[in-house]
Amino acid sequence: MNRKRSRFWSLYGAALLIALLGACGLFAALLGDGAWDVLSWVGLGIPVVISVHALVKYCR
Amino acid sequence: MKSKTIRRWSFAHTWSSLICTLFLLLLAVTGLPLVFHHELEALLGDAPQYRQLPADTPPMDLAQLVQAALAHRPGEVVQYLAWDDDHRDGVTVITAATAGTEPNSSHTFSLDARTGEVVETPAANGGFMMVMLRLHVDMYAGLPGKLLLAFMGLLFVVAIVSGVVLYAPFMGRQRFARVRQTQSRRVRWLDLHNLIGIVTLTWALVVGVTGVINACADLLITAWRNDTLTAMVAPYRDTPPLTSMAPASRLLAIARGAAPGMQADFIAFPGTRFSSEHHYAVFMKGATHLTSHLLTPVLIDATTLAVTAVGGRPWYMNALGLSQPLHYGDYGGRPMQILWAMIDVLTIVVLISGLYLWWVKRRVKP
Repeated sequence: MNRKRSRFWSLYGAALLIALLGACGLFAALLGDGAWDVLSWVGLGIPVVISVHALVKYCR
Repeated sequence: MKSKTIRRWSFAHTWSSLICTLFLLLLAVTGLPLVFHHELEALLGDAPQYRQLPADTPPMDLAQLVQAALAHRPGEVVQYLAWDDDHRDGVTVITAATAGTEPNSSHTFSLDARTGEVVETPAANGGFMMVMLRLHVDMYAGLPGKLLLAFMGLLFVVAIVSGVVLYAPFMGRQRFARVRQTQSRRVRWLDLHNLIGIVTLTWALVVGVTGVINACADLLITAWRNDTLTAMVAPYRDTPPLTSMAPASRLLAIARGAAPGMQADFIAFPGTRFSSEHHYAVFMKGATHLTSHLLTPVLIDATTLAVTAVGGRPWYMNALGLSQPLHYGDYGGRPMQILWAMIDVLTIVVLISGLYLWWVKRRVKP
């Protein structure tokens, strides 16, 4: 059971964190400008950085 | 996970994606220029340019603006007057043959709110951006087109959810976001498809779900007309049709009095989709960032100019109001637009790599 749980978190933990940061960012920018907008840039920026990095590295 | 369960999710993922992929590609490609529609319209010369006047030049009387609009479009009626935060010197006017004319047959232009001068905005009536918008919204097929795209959006959500479920069995013993270094093009693209798919999950879900809600806007507006608006104008059920309208001059002041602290977003004239046969409906937006997306109608008798109702909003109109920014990506400055466009392109990569993976796997099978 414990092993199963740690397997779940090692695979989905990072995905969940990225998804939550993305969701916070998307809704934060609805609440205001300035710092709220920056949160959305972070939340949307992480997926872009990870994806573009992988694409550049592995597909020539 | 049992292999039978995996096969079922796999089936759901393959077929929900295959059916919606072509439509999703169309949406992703046409959505790309739409993310930058403000900038592109300015570039194409289709954004209203107003005369430089002293900052304290007072706005013209609304009734005079209506006259200016009617003089520009003889034989038509004004359906809507709308204000735009980016162009406070102007007002957007929509006119049509009758108040009830459907949106695609109306004419949109701008008036300088201080001089009544007409500024045509061709992009609002045709041209490249309009083609992109129509392809994106209804594929030139009206309500059936919108509903078909809404259904494709639902399939997209099924594809995302099943894709997330399948992430675990497909990643096997690897760590998160690992892309295997192999000669096999299929394995590399499988890993990239999984990686990009899982990190862009939130965006794809939010844009997918809000897209479905926006595609159902016509149905939601009809529901709002049938329950909320009908109840608000119930006392007028047996009133004969309007023969003349009181001038629009004081509408904004009257609406502000009825909804203090709010700002006018648009005025729907009597007989249009957003008003009754007997009212001017001034739609007021809230003063905060969040509530500026939520509109409250103030119904003003078109003969006596008395306020007869200040509308509450059913929950689904709030959902529609918030679905717009969350789908357009225009509420977090330029960096948000750029990131929005980049994730849109990444979604295209996921769609095409998914198609490729299905094709390759299909060829391997006997």
